[in-house]
Amino acid sequence: MTAPAVEAGVPHAGGAVYQSWWSRVWQNHAPGYLFLIPWLIGFLGLTIGPIITSLYLSFTDFDLLTAPEWVGASNYIRMFTADPKFIASMQVTLTFVIFSVPLKLAFALGVALLLNRGMRGLPLYRALFYLPSLLGASVAIAILWRQLFAGDGLVNDFLSMFGIQGPSWISNPRYSLWTLIILSIWQFGSPMIIFLAGLRQIPQDMYEAASLDGASRWRQFWKITLPLLTPVVFFNAIIQTIEAFKSFTPAFIISAGTGNPINSTLFYTLYLYQEAFGFFRMGYASALAWFLLLLVACFTAFSFLTSKYWVHYDD
Amino acid sequence: MTVTAPAPRLTVVTEASPAKLMRKRILSVLAHVALIGASILMLYPLLWMLSASFRPENEIFGGTLIPSVWSLDSYFRGWDGLRVSFGTFFWNSLVISVTSVVGNLIACSMAAFAFARLRFKGRNFWFAMMLMTLMLPGQVTLIPQYVLFRELGWVDTILPLVVPKFLAVDAFFVFLMVQFFRGIPRELDEAAMMDGCSAWRIYWKIMLPLSMPVLATAAIFTFIWTWDDFFAPLIYLNEMKQYTVMLGLRTFTDSTGESDFGGLFAMSVLSLVPIFLFFLFFQRLLIEGIATTGMKR
Repeated sequence: MTAPAVEAGVPHAGGAVYQSWWSRVWQNHAPGYLFLIPWLIGFLGLTIGPIITSLYLSFTDFDLLTAPEWVGASNYIRMFTADPKFIASMQVTLTFVIFSVPLKLAFALGVALLLNRGMRGLPLYRALFYLPSLLGASVAIAILWRQLFAGDGLVNDFLSMFGIQGPSWISNPRYSLWTLIILSIWQFGSPMIIFLAGLRQIPQDMYEAASLDGASRWRQFWKITLPLLTPVVFFNAIIQTIEAFKSFTPAFIISAGTGNPINSTLFYTLYLYQEAFGFFRMGYASALAWFLLLLVACFTAFSFLTSKYWVHYDD
Repeated sequence: MTVTAPAPRLTVVTEASPAKLMRKRILSVLAHVALIGASILMLYPLLWMLSASFRPENEIFGGTLIPSVWSLDSYFRGWDGLRVSFGTFFWNSLVISVTSVVGNLIACSMAAFAFARLRFKGRNFWFAMMLMTLMLPGQVTLIPQYVLFRELGWVDTILPLVVPKFLAVDAFFVFLMVQFFRGIPRELDEAAMMDGCSAWRIYWKIMLPLSMPVLATAAIFTFIWTWDDFFAPLIYLNEMKQYTVMLGLRTFTDSTGESDFGGLFAMSVLSLVPIFLFFLFFQRLLIEGIATTGMKR
């Protein structure tokens, strides 16, 4: 970090004016910090402070009413050795991430490629496909989803036209998580828009040169489009994965806050919420939160470290 | 970086044979059919809910997409379906969302201005910290924040929901604005500095007026995300009189929802109306806002 610390801030009128060291420092740095004050307070008071506090709390028993009691690593030990719900919620969340993120990105890229071929009506399609992303986070959509995949819901109405008798998707532990994965894929619009923007930055003459050389569209996709798009793929993958880890509302609404049937929609965030605000086991919930932080940090670090092997940066 | 329109395609390969043209046309028709099919499939559930909310109670399920009789009964029933009217919930959501917009616009733009334009010791360090918070899962700050706000006596008020916005905790918007500010020619504020303008005046008179697009994008996204937010109100608001629309909907599903689907759908539709209006009138801004986040620099 080599910040050019004191660099032409306000030019002084000639050297005649005497300036103390302090007033120079003040003139050069004060405006920056004055503008940064709100953010700094928020960062220290609502981000860094709480992160450290929750690390401390994760080593305590704390029920919000009495003072936290130091218990060493026992919260963490319990997590890994004596808590089947923790294991279940981890499985649910990882399954959700592993399936929803790649499928969502594949849809987003597929539709973006289709739209990018100079389709007429692109703005309309783009807007229509984007709408679910904008609405999707709402409780209203989760309510709609619960109805769609209910035993007598719209999906089964549709299937019955083909003589298929569908189960109640949301109350069957084999399928309930999949309704949430579909909900996530349904919102492929915002990564699609980012893909479209990325596709437009690929110079057209590359394709022209390639087709002059007789490269098929398929080859062009693998040799030109995809390599040049990897920075955008990378960005979308990171953002969507973090979003998937944080997902809470749909699982809460669909299972009425329980994570049932048989913990099949017990997202990690939902479990944490139950522990913290259902049972007031704040110490244990802090340990859960810290484990999530480590998980996300490891994932991010891993992605950035491996990115140089597959992400193509042209500069 | 702005998104440029696609360069006009130079057709290097000169004469296209009729067979090739035909093939191209068929492919294009197929693509349109696929896209239209996909759009209908995706939007059908929304249309269905909209239509269900206008059907009379006995036709909510199994009715046709165009209601045989248009009825507002569900809306009236849903509006007063809970102990507290949905009017209160909408008002609460509106107050929280608008206050959040104001907070984010002020605090995030100030921080972004410092990061993008001012020189001070430690700037790069703080900027790196800000970028790190972009990736931070909120759960890790949740419990200490709750304890803090509880100590301050802020639980059951809207303060825990809006005060953080005035402290620029939404790093995403700081980042978005930094990106935009960097695109504004430096000559403008350097010239103003030569003329003896203070940093404050440069921020207020030069940067902000030139940044209307990004401010509008940030305002709309803040509004929508706050409006949709479920988690924070769930934790901090326990009195039904203070519920937001999202909490109201959730209570509706838990209590009467099983028996009054009409009312539930009607209120769900109403809760989506503000977002839909933003979509209708500002979609270009929103789409460009999303598009720029993915671009480098």
